[in-house]
Amino acid sequence: MSYNIVVLAKQVPDTRNVGKDAMKADGTINRAALPAIFNPEDLNALEQALQLKDKNPGSTITLLTMGLPKAAEVIRESLYRGADTGIVLTDRALAGADTLATSYAIATAIKHLGKYDIIFGGRQAIDGDTAQVGPQVAEKLGLPQVTYAESVKVEDGKAIVTRRLESGVETVECPLPLVVTVNGSADACRPRNARLIQKYKYAVTPSEKAALPAEKAALVDKREFLNLKEWSAAEIEADLEQCGLAGSPTKVKNVVNVVFAAKESKVIDGNDEAGLEALIQDLMAEHTIG
Amino acid sequence: MANFYTDNKALRYHLNHPLMQRIVALKERNYIDCEKYDYAPMNFEDAMDSYEKVLEIAGELAAEVIAPNAESVDAEGPHVIDGHVKYAEGTQKNLDAINQAGLMGISLPRRYNGLNFSIVPYIMANDIVSRADAAFENVWGLQDCAETIYEFADEDQKMRYLTRVSAGETMAMSLTEPDAGSDLQAVMLKATYCEEDGTWRLNGVKRFITNGDAHISLVLARSEEGTKDGRGLSMFIYDRNDGGVIVRRIEHKLGIKGSPTCELVFKNAKAELVGSRKLGLIKYVMALMNCARLGIASQSVGISEAAYREALAYANDRKQFGKAIIEFPAVAEMIANMKAKLDASRALLYETARFVDMTKILEDIARERTLTPEERAEMKAYSRLATAYTPLTKGMGSEFCNQNAYDCIQVHGGSGFMKDYACERIYRDARITSIYEGTTQLQVVAAIGNVTKGVYADQMKVYAAEEVSEEMKPLQARVNAMAEQYFDIVGKIDTANKEYFDLQSRRLVEIAGHTIMAYLLVNDASKAPELFADSAKVYVNYAEGEVAKNMSMLKNIVADDLAAYGVKKD
Repeated sequence: MSYNIVVLAKQVPDTRNVGKDAMKADGTINRAALPAIFNPEDLNALEQALQLKDKNPGSTITLLTMGLPKAAEVIRESLYRGADTGIVLTDRALAGADTLATSYAIATAIKHLGKYDIIFGGRQAIDGDTAQVGPQVAEKLGLPQVTYAESVKVEDGKAIVTRRLESGVETVECPLPLVVTVNGSADACRPRNARLIQKYKYAVTPSEKAALPAEKAALVDKREFLNLKEWSAAEIEADLEQCGLAGSPTKVKNVVNVVFAAKESKVIDGNDEAGLEALIQDLMAEHTIG
Repeated sequence: MANFYTDNKALRYHLNHPLMQRIVALKERNYIDCEKYDYAPMNFEDAMDSYEKVLEIAGELAAEVIAPNAESVDAEGPHVIDGHVKYAEGTQKNLDAINQAGLMGISLPRRYNGLNFSIVPYIMANDIVSRADAAFENVWGLQDCAETIYEFADEDQKMRYLTRVSAGETMAMSLTEPDAGSDLQAVMLKATYCEEDGTWRLNGVKRFITNGDAHISLVLARSEEGTKDGRGLSMFIYDRNDGGVIVRRIEHKLGIKGSPTCELVFKNAKAELVGSRKLGLIKYVMALMNCARLGIASQSVGISEAAYREALAYANDRKQFGKAIIEFPAVAEMIANMKAKLDASRALLYETARFVDMTKILEDIARERTLTPEERAEMKAYSRLATAYTPLTKGMGSEFCNQNAYDCIQVHGGSGFMKDYACERIYRDARITSIYEGTTQLQVVAAIGNVTKGVYADQMKVYAAEEVSEEMKPLQARVNAMAEQYFDIVGKIDTANKEYFDLQSRRLVEIAGHTIMAYLLVNDASKAPELFADSAKVYVNYAEGEVAKNMSMLKNIVADDLAAYGVKKD
């Protein structure tokens, strides 16, 4: 059985390695000072998609990312690992979107794409930490959703998903199509592949292609798989009222620097290796370390 | 993310040597694969960009996967279960990651699903992986054996086996036996042709076989009954899927513990003949060994790099008497010498890799078409250099690797003697490099003919003619003086007295090695002073001392002293 798999991924500022100029004076993120990276949990999501494809030859993985044109890098990084193609959803009209407007745009793009059996996304992005986009996309598409996924198996048209919860592990079964958001505790994404990186290194969106020297542009013309899609709001027939700032009920009133007054505490049982492991896992999950 | 390729500027410098333009154009046959394979380069820049990108993948895996696993792999080691090897958990994880990254079949042609990379980037990947974990380099680096299948097996065998290597299957070379170590002519493993099913069958024991339970093994066996020397030996492919070989035990070793060193029992194991009978040792093993020696030279440089970095980090971190210990000249000097030896051995490694690259590529082209007279001359010249430089880089590089591992512990002081730091594993891992694939003493045997034939001397003259920067001119003059001493002593030494010449040969080879490495470093420092100027200065000082020491012994040890250096009975 082969599946049409969609992976939602986001290019984010690397907030894990924050220097002193990471924040602007007004309290917002200084994106220019932070390198743009593949959102970590979206890589976990991609790995789940790749494993599903490995087990079901003939399946295809399409990356969908919304952001600046340079977010095409996220698609290339996915192609280097085994994804098949990708779309950058990019438009000034989409800028400034909160999670409601973002999920509207992404859901509309997925509808425009048409075919999908399973949609993967990371649990949350490290720039916003909301964990809302995946679930809202599912709602807008009228699909079931499974969050905090650690592993996914698809059999007989059903997905069996293991979820990592605070108190333990839960296994659920869900019909296709569905949306799965993947936890950071799931398998780490596989490395880039030496053959695929050579095959796809010139994969470009139309706007990137325009900047290529003639010889490389000719190669892109010749090889269909090097052409990534770039969709605007008009292309997916989005209602502009629901996009970007216009479609975002969330307004930032002001940003306050918070100094922790009280220390939260949490007790982890066990003074053995298991206890230590649990502490490390916890600190990593909270992005305190790692 | 940590990356052992991008954090080491010397690698990018060596990758971008001017000769690469010619190497890559020949290797890619002027880029004709571009039409046929979607991952083949369209021109030189494209190919070099691919080399870099793939080395970045190797660098990331080395730093993020292989190095973090090294300690547990060393502690756990492999096991034998039901006659087969089970790798340490970390080794298996490394292999899985390497296979996902497609880092197998690196130098094989694309028609066997290889990457068709030239030797230089392949050796560089070896260098990078060895810095992370020398033991794992063995398991992974034995893909070298595929070269021998490529060069000597028939097309059907190549298609069946090489595609499997590219897909991630591991390899081994089963050569040595309990009574046939350095002396491979004594190999006794018996190969018998079975008329009934038209197959060869192997019976006997092999010992000290690195990664002996690999998927695909090259086996040296005696196919000619009644023979006793190398002319009765042939080369075979053993496929583990066919069965017939069990691992009797795994050796307990001082170092490279993650690499399973196996004793194998062949019981009527089915095997395929490679190439022609009787050429197993005299032709195929020689080719195999030359490949393997370059591999060990790169492993040595990788271990040297690890030793240098561990020592440097500790010397900056450790405070005594109110300051970091690197502030003390005695410690700083050790670190400077380590860096100089590292840079010198790496310069020699990549110079050798380029010579081997040119030789092998032209030999390969000669299988497809007749070479032009110019190409034939070029192949001959590079082949002469590759033959001369391979034992030199293996011999000198592995000795420097051991010296750096020793100094790495010394810099750590008492802490270095404990199991708490990586330096003790590095020290143990380094030790084998000057032993396997031919001891340093045997590298001298392989190299000494090139002293008398003038191969090193000719090449020193080529280096001396290179234009260097103003800053490097005084150093180049001093290296010229070292070369003059070498020319002089080679002209005077008594080669007729074989016993005396054998005794002195290591000193001659060492002088050649120091002088060549000094030249290479001075030339590198001329082009990239920010990377190599300090090492060039430190190395020339060191090399001059070594040359003086060796010259003194060449002069002072006379034929009459032979008895004093002779066989001792008690």
